[in-house]
Formats: sequence, C-alpha cells, structure tokens
Amino acid sequence: MKITHHIAATVFVASLAVAPIALAQDADTEKAIERYRQMLKEDPWSNPGLLDADRGEALWTTARGPKNVSLETCDLGKGPGKVDGAFAELPRYFADAKKVMDLETRILWCMEQLQGFNSADLVKRPHPGGGQPVKELGAIATYVASKSNGMKFSAKLDKPQEKEVVALGDALFHRRSGPFDFSCATCHAAEGLRIRLQGLPFLVNPEAAKKVVGEWPAYRVSTTHVMTMQHRLYDCYWQMRMPELQLGSDVSIALSAYLAKNAEGGDISAPALKR
Amino acid sequence: MQKISLLVGALVIGIAAAQAQQKTHIDPVKVDAAIKAAFPTAPADWALRLTPDETMKQCSASHNDPAKNVAAAIVTREKASIEYPADGNFIGDWKKGEALAQNGYGMRFSDYPPARPNGGNCYACHQLTKKEVSYGTLGPSLLEYGKLRDFKPDAVKATYEKIYNSHVALPCSNMPRFGANKILTIDQIKDAVALLMSPDSPVNKGQ
Repeated sequence: MKITHHIAATVFVASLAVAPIALAQDADTEKAIERYRQMLKEDPWSNPGLLDADRGEALWTTARGPKNVSLETCDLGKGPGKVDGAFAELPRYFADAKKVMDLETRILWCMEQLQGFNSADLVKRPHPGGGQPVKELGAIATYVASKSNGMKFSAKLDKPQEKEVVALGDALFHRRSGPFDFSCATCHAAEGLRIRLQGLPFLVNPEAAKKVVGEWPAYRVSTTHVMTMQHRLYDCYWQMRMPELQLGSDVSIALSAYLAKNAEGGDISAPALKR
Repeated sequence: MQKISLLVGALVIGIAAAQAQQKTHIDPVKVDAAIKAAFPTAPADWALRLTPDETMKQCSASHNDPAKNVAAAIVTREKASIEYPADGNFIGDWKKGEALAQNGYGMRFSDYPPARPNGGNCYACHQLTKKEVSYGTLGPSLLEYGKLRDFKPDAVKATYEKIYNSHVALPCSNMPRFGANKILTIDQIKDAVALLMSPDSPVNKGQ
C-alpha cells in the first residue's frame, strides 16, 4: 500500500495550507450529491427502468425468432423457465454450454439455442446509445434481474470452472492496459475516491461491493436508459481507451463473476436508479 | 521460545502467502488470450493497447506495489522515455494549461478520427483551483502546487518529468504517462507545467 501512503502523505502536506476550505468544500459537494440521490430514491415507482423490466417480461413470454418459440424453457440455472431468484445465483457453470455464464451471456445463449437467433448479430451493437432504450437482450436481463429483487447475491462459484473464472476476473481487474495505463483497480481499489464529482465504488472491498453490484441493471438518469452490467463494463473499457468489449466475451463474464463473488451476500435492488 | 514464535510467525506468513497465491493464481497466458478474444473489433493499429509493456506488467503483477529492485528498474526504464523541450524552457501558457486540465477529450474509440487535440483531464483526478469545485480525488490536491515548492527551477523540471512520465516520481503511479504515451505534446505538457508552477496561475494565487 505504498502508493496509498505516498498519496496520503502528499495530500497531507498539500492540505496543510488549505485544509479547512478544501474539507468544507468536499463535505458540501458530497452532501449535494447525496441529496440528489435521495430525490431519485424517494419515489421508487418513478423509476423508468421498471418499464424495461415489463418489456423484458413480454419478450421472455412471446414466441419469437426463426424458431418462433418463447424463452419460457430457458434454463437460467434453477431449471427450465425458472426466473424467480435465478439472477441471485449467477454467474454459474452450465454443463449444457460447458461454460460459466453471467445473466446476459446466458440469455444470449438461450436466444440462439432455443429461438434460433444469430448471436453474432445480437452482439454487434448490443448496447443503446444515449437517449435510446435498452435493447431487447438488456430488457430481458432487466426483467430477470428484477425477479431477484430483495434477495441476496448467493452465487456459489465453488466449482473448479467457476473458481478459475473468478481468478481470471481478479487478474483482469488489476491488469493495466491501454495508452492511459488504466486498470479497473485504478478507480476501484480504494475508498472514497471520485472522478470529478462522481463517487467511485471500492469494488475490491466486499462491504462496498455488496452495496452497489446488486443495483445493476440500473436506470441511468444521465443517459435516460437502463444500463446492464455488460454495458457498464463496456463503458469502463471505453473510458480506459480500450477497444469495444464484446458482450459475452470471457473477459466480461470473468469480471462479472469477480464482482458477484465480492458482492456475495449483498442485496439485489435491480433495476436501481443511478445518476 | 522467541525462536519458536518466529518460526510460527514465518509459517503463518508462508501459509497466508500461499493461500493468497492460490486464490489469485491464473496463468498470464490465459489472461492475455482472454483479452485478445474480447475485443474483436479492435483496429489493427490498436494491437499495442491490448499488450502491456514491461512496466505495466510489473505494476499489474504487484498490484502497483513493486519490490524495491523492480521499482528502481521501472524508474530507470521510464526516465529514458522522457523527451525534453528543445529550448530548455519548461513553462508554457497557464491559460492553455487550465483549458487542458478541463478537457477530457481523446483516444476513446468514439474519438476517431480526432476532432481536436487531446485533453489532459487533470480535474478528473486532482483539485487544482478553488474556482473549480468539480474535481476528482484519485490524485492529491494540487492547490498552491508551485507556491509550496517556492517555484524552484528544480521543481519546475520535476513537474515536467512527472507529467511526461509519472513513474519516474512514483513507480506504478496511477497517473497516465502523458508524454511517453503520446497523449499530450511537449507544448501541451509545458502549458500544464505553467498551470502548476507559474506564480500568476490561479493554482498559486488561491483563486
């Protein structure tokens, strides 16, 4: 923790001259942000993400795709068609796919296997731009996740294949890459940090991870759409000046698994409202 | 007795280290392969973005806390990357530096072809002036940065080097290597130095 110390020492030295003003400013800023969050939370039914959960439910039950069947026989891990509580136990290893899958990757798999959609087409432009609604796959993910709302993250992740994926996620979380040398850990490996005014969750820390990981998929006020976990990760890599992260790639699954493991026991409140 | 407790202590540390290693061990070849497969639309000239250099590898492996000898090697290697202004003048225009500090444009996949020069985005991580209250806290506050260093020429040069390649000042620093990785030009770095080190900059005038 050499760096933390170094930064702390520098901050301390720098703050000697200005401490009272800077600290008061920090406190005011935090308060203003918290007020904003509170306003968003006060009326849960004002959450437009719930409309996407409804849309996702309709998509789940409607016969669609080249094979014209619904997703009601899709096995999300608790048996065919069982949606209640399924998200709480993901990611997990699926013997039929011989792969550990997170929520979105599993839905993608079902859309291909059961409905006959071409997954290559579905991952081409999988995420909405600002102002557009979440795409179909994301709406279905929002529906499924909402059916674990109020439950706790309880993915076991104890099979050898699952353990390996979590370890891969851990390595990826700390892997610096791109022209800015960023890793996930650059922003998410210490407490109480901000980019500009945006607070950054300390995702390495289970207590902090428990508070936020279960909020995704979430409705994002700034972009007026639901953002899924895969989209969230895609956006982090965009910020890291990396290329476009493919939905369902091993990297996206591994990071989801690593986060779910860190958030084990945390409340699921998807879709939550975010800034 | 002391010997025994020392031995037990060493054993405990050994076990803890083994457990930590067991928990996180994954073949780096697998990590690289996963990265290679995860970004299929990467343009050919972005291949380097997927491949960490030696310094990044050492920082990732040590979670940014390199052993002493590794840290020394990083400093030597990164110091060699620094190009200095031809005229030996490190201080540009602080007003341009302030604009640079506000601007986060550049090098994302949505920023091509480039519409304008890259920004430095200093405020994303640092407090610099009192006027700008929207600042990040990933890096230390830089309020009165030059004043606290008495505007000394050595400190001016060190500031240039730190922005050009932060690992020279702090091996495995979280800060991008703005010069070494061609994020900013030498002139832009001089403007950022001016923002920090000019006596008339708002950073040093308490504005």
